[in-house]
Amino acid sequence: MSYVVLIIALPFAAFLINGLLNRKLPHRLAGWLATGAIGVATALAWFTAFTYFFQSTSFEKIIPFQVTWLRFTETLQIDMGILLDPISVMMLVVITTVSFMVFLYSLGYMHGEKGFVRYYAFLSLFSFSMLGLVVATNLFQLYMFWELVGVSSYLLIGYYYDKPEAVAAAKKAFIITRFADFGFLVGILLLSYYTDTFDFAAITNPNHSAFTTMTGSSFLGISVLTWALMLIFMGGAGKSAMFPLHIWLPDAMEGPTPVSALIHAATMVVAGVFLVARMFPVFSFHAPEALDAVAFIGAFTLLFAAIIACTQTDIKRILAFSTMSQIGYMMLALGVSGYGEHGLGFTASMFHLFTHAFFKALLFLGAGSIIHAIHSNDIREMGNLRRHQPVTHIVFLIACLAIAGIPPFAGFFSKDEILAATLNSSLVYFAIAAFTAGLTAFYMFRLYFLVFWNRETVYEHKPHESSFIMLVPMIVSAVGSAVAGFIPFGKFVSSDSQPLHIEMNQTVANLSIVVAATGILIAWAFYKNESPLPEKIASTLKGLYRIAQKKFYIDELYLFITKKIIFNLISKPIAWFDRQVIDAFMDFTATATNKVSAEIKGLQSGQLQHYAYIFLSGVVLIVLIMIFNYA
Amino acid sequence: MSLNELMIMRHELVLVAAVLALLIIEIGMPEERKQKINVFAAIIAATVTIIGFLPADTGMLFGGMYSTDPLRMLMKNILNIGVFLIILQSVNWLRQDLYKDRSSEFYLLTFSSLIGVSYMISAGHFLMFYLGLELTTIPIAALASYEQFKSKSAEAGIKLILSSAFSSAILLFGISILYAANGDLYFESFQLSDSLINVLGFIFFFSGLAFKISVVPFHLWTADVYEGSPTNVTSYLSVISKGSSVFILTIVLFTLFRVIQPLWEDVLYATAILTMTIGNLFAIRQQNLKRFLAFSSIAQAGFIMLGIINGTSLGMTTVIYFVVIYVFSNLAAFGVLQTVGHASGKLTMDDYNGLYKTNPQLSLVMMLALFSLAGIPPLAGFFGKFFLFTAVAEKGYYTLLLIAVVNTVISLYYYLLVVKAMFINANENPIASFKSDYSMRISLVICVAGILITGFYSPVFEYIKYLCETF
Repeated sequence: MSYVVLIIALPFAAFLINGLLNRKLPHRLAGWLATGAIGVATALAWFTAFTYFFQSTSFEKIIPFQVTWLRFTETLQIDMGILLDPISVMMLVVITTVSFMVFLYSLGYMHGEKGFVRYYAFLSLFSFSMLGLVVATNLFQLYMFWELVGVSSYLLIGYYYDKPEAVAAAKKAFIITRFADFGFLVGILLLSYYTDTFDFAAITNPNHSAFTTMTGSSFLGISVLTWALMLIFMGGAGKSAMFPLHIWLPDAMEGPTPVSALIHAATMVVAGVFLVARMFPVFSFHAPEALDAVAFIGAFTLLFAAIIACTQTDIKRILAFSTMSQIGYMMLALGVSGYGEHGLGFTASMFHLFTHAFFKALLFLGAGSIIHAIHSNDIREMGNLRRHQPVTHIVFLIACLAIAGIPPFAGFFSKDEILAATLNSSLVYFAIAAFTAGLTAFYMFRLYFLVFWNRETVYEHKPHESSFIMLVPMIVSAVGSAVAGFIPFGKFVSSDSQPLHIEMNQTVANLSIVVAATGILIAWAFYKNESPLPEKIASTLKGLYRIAQKKFYIDELYLFITKKIIFNLISKPIAWFDRQVIDAFMDFTATATNKVSAEIKGLQSGQLQHYAYIFLSGVVLIVLIMIFNYA
Repeated sequence: MSLNELMIMRHELVLVAAVLALLIIEIGMPEERKQKINVFAAIIAATVTIIGFLPADTGMLFGGMYSTDPLRMLMKNILNIGVFLIILQSVNWLRQDLYKDRSSEFYLLTFSSLIGVSYMISAGHFLMFYLGLELTTIPIAALASYEQFKSKSAEAGIKLILSSAFSSAILLFGISILYAANGDLYFESFQLSDSLINVLGFIFFFSGLAFKISVVPFHLWTADVYEGSPTNVTSYLSVISKGSSVFILTIVLFTLFRVIQPLWEDVLYATAILTMTIGNLFAIRQQNLKRFLAFSSIAQAGFIMLGIINGTSLGMTTVIYFVVIYVFSNLAAFGVLQTVGHASGKLTMDDYNGLYKTNPQLSLVMMLALFSLAGIPPLAGFFGKFFLFTAVAEKGYYTLLLIAVVNTVISLYYYLLVVKAMFINANENPIASFKSDYSMRISLVICVAGILITGFYSPVFEYIKYLCETF
């Protein structure tokens, strides 16, 4: 199966060609080149998934390709390779498919932009990095691609680099995720220090002897292994925008909308979920406390983001908060999951990751189609768009139904499994998850009704339906969002690679349908037509509403901590020490060096006899010293 | 002696043939087609370089006067590449009206000197070594005054020939003392007795060789000669002449003088510190870029000695590896200097202000070369210095290591001065943008490839290591 290398190599080749020949390539050629490359990769990924899941009965870990990249010592070496197991094969399919949709869509959406070739170069770089990340055979490779993903995300958020908000957002995303990655790196080093390897085969084997040592020794009352895993999870939380490292994601919406669809909805932001899933055996067997933390943070973000989403007015930001909330579901499911037969949560999480990729990408593509038509992000400036964009309207509705969890759309099945998994673990988590399901239905349909129904808005230009090249990927994704739920996911993806039999919990299913329907009904009542009701409620709950609208002032809190506390109390004294003591010492050495240099310039007189004199004195001096030494 | 046996001496024979061929072309070619000789020379240099890489027998000839082995072959190949690059860089310069009538002189003398280099490296006898050394220097002294109409060039020639005569005298004196004490001059059978007079003999011998490497305090000729000579001759002096002397010094220290290792370690220890420090301190003040590179190359020689001090095959590996990188980096820097000087006649650091605006590609090459010389990762120079430092650390000489690191920082300062001039400093009338000729571009591309690849492609280091371990 060594052709799997091509899946990763093709986008990279597209990146190199588009990146190196940036100004020389015509736009059309560059776009189709990159799209073609990812298209072939997609076909290969589907073929790989087909052979992997249907040609064999047991889902072993396969390494079809591996090279030693750096060899430091006998024991410490870093490999680059490809690891195929159920979750990585599933991720390959998700990433290539969504990438392909977005590449295709962008041909229309980005048409005529001046950095078109650069855009496709960065987009290809992103796909390459993301694919390299999921097939990593060891933690170090994963980390490298992890950072590459971060860089390409940074480049794409800041794509409109002449717009100050975009630049600020790019920096914010990079700094926050880098900060989280610092924890990740420490976690990796901690883990490999004890296990003597980066290799997943050894690290994710729960019987590895090093884990006993690591659980045995503790630091601040928590075992070293738990520390390591928590730090690794910190990296994952940063990329997946989990509270409190989430503040970069809403701002990241400054990037082009297809980028948001690919990176900030379907693929990169679930890297954190993938990471926890990759390390799941260790979490599950040796560090239940770390898993509890994952569940807690997941549950908190889930509710927190959903509440904020109800109050926002920027279409992309609403979707961003909804992404955070949905990833919270995935994290929560992983956190409450057991291993093997009790691994419902694991499968549910992966299933939701899979279906979410389709409907969330679709939502963003739809949002892009709307923004493209009316040149605004603000839902208050929209209304009655169903008359102008019938196709967008239908696919958007499908995506909303999917995310709200209405059968038979994809989101219903995966969310239902998650609810069932939380019920097995804790009633509180179940209550949060179920309530948020209702909230999700409410804010999604608030968006839907405000945009497509409500009042007739006067537009500057008459909005038009998007071009064919943009509609095709939307329709394909819509089909995916509608039917992906029927895949018997437990058969393929489970915590221990053994088929997991999942029965639908009828009570939970009924409850979730009722909750979702209630959410939709409330949204219908409030927003289907212009009504004073929402205003009234907002003004009754004035305080609460304001807080939620201001995203619970987390950004302000960050600014307060960095600008007031860290800058004044820590940075200023350090800066003083740096300038007055360290710099002064350096300046002194530099001045001294310069002085000496000036003093000795007389040695170089230009007189040959003088040179010979020094030469001979040197010889004699050395001879004298050495004879004295060795006599 | 069969022909096969004679082919052991392949490197030298090919070079002799090259010189003869050039002579015949020079005599036979009609006046109006003399220009062609530049192309011939470049082709011959390429051929010589390629032939050097073909597999061949190794062994001894003439009763031990001449000996060769895979490691020596590699050394000669490295220097052949260097000469090939220098010749590529000279072509356009020699096409000027001033020189076109006697451009063959330049090539003849260069190749003759290279013959000397090869014989010196392959010497199996002190006399053979001495002959090689002289054959290396005398043609170059002639070349130093190639631009006779410039008084600086004439001065450089005179200074080089006089001071090298002086150093040869001292070297010969050392050899005679060694002969007096040990009664043998063949490397193969040379046995150092434990007489104290050997210390005297060794130090005189060492000083003569150290002169070529411009080790402080035997370095004073360097700056004046480098500045006065035509730029291509300067690159020859700083790369080929110095590199070959480093090679032969390493070989004799590791074989003939192995028994007095503590002694030569002490000598090298002291001179290495002096060389790095003095070279750097002088480099800081230079405005003339040729003089600047002269002092920088003195400092680099000090670094090279760190590897020799290690005294094991690892040390030898690091030295040769460093020289390979040094060849590429230095020739890239000199190449830029040469082509800019040829196009605009400008040579000082202030002239280079704002060069990036007008000649971005040349500025980038220069930047890479200087960064590599300074040892900035990920360029090859970083790995070279890193391995040298490893060699010192392995020996446990931490004080020396500290001094070397401090010197690296100082060197970083002055290399960056040039980069700053090119990229940051403003200039109202910068050097006008121009197109360099094709052969120069080829040579710069090879140099840049060398700077990038030698560091990343680990088989280079592994191969040298293998040869040194089996030496």
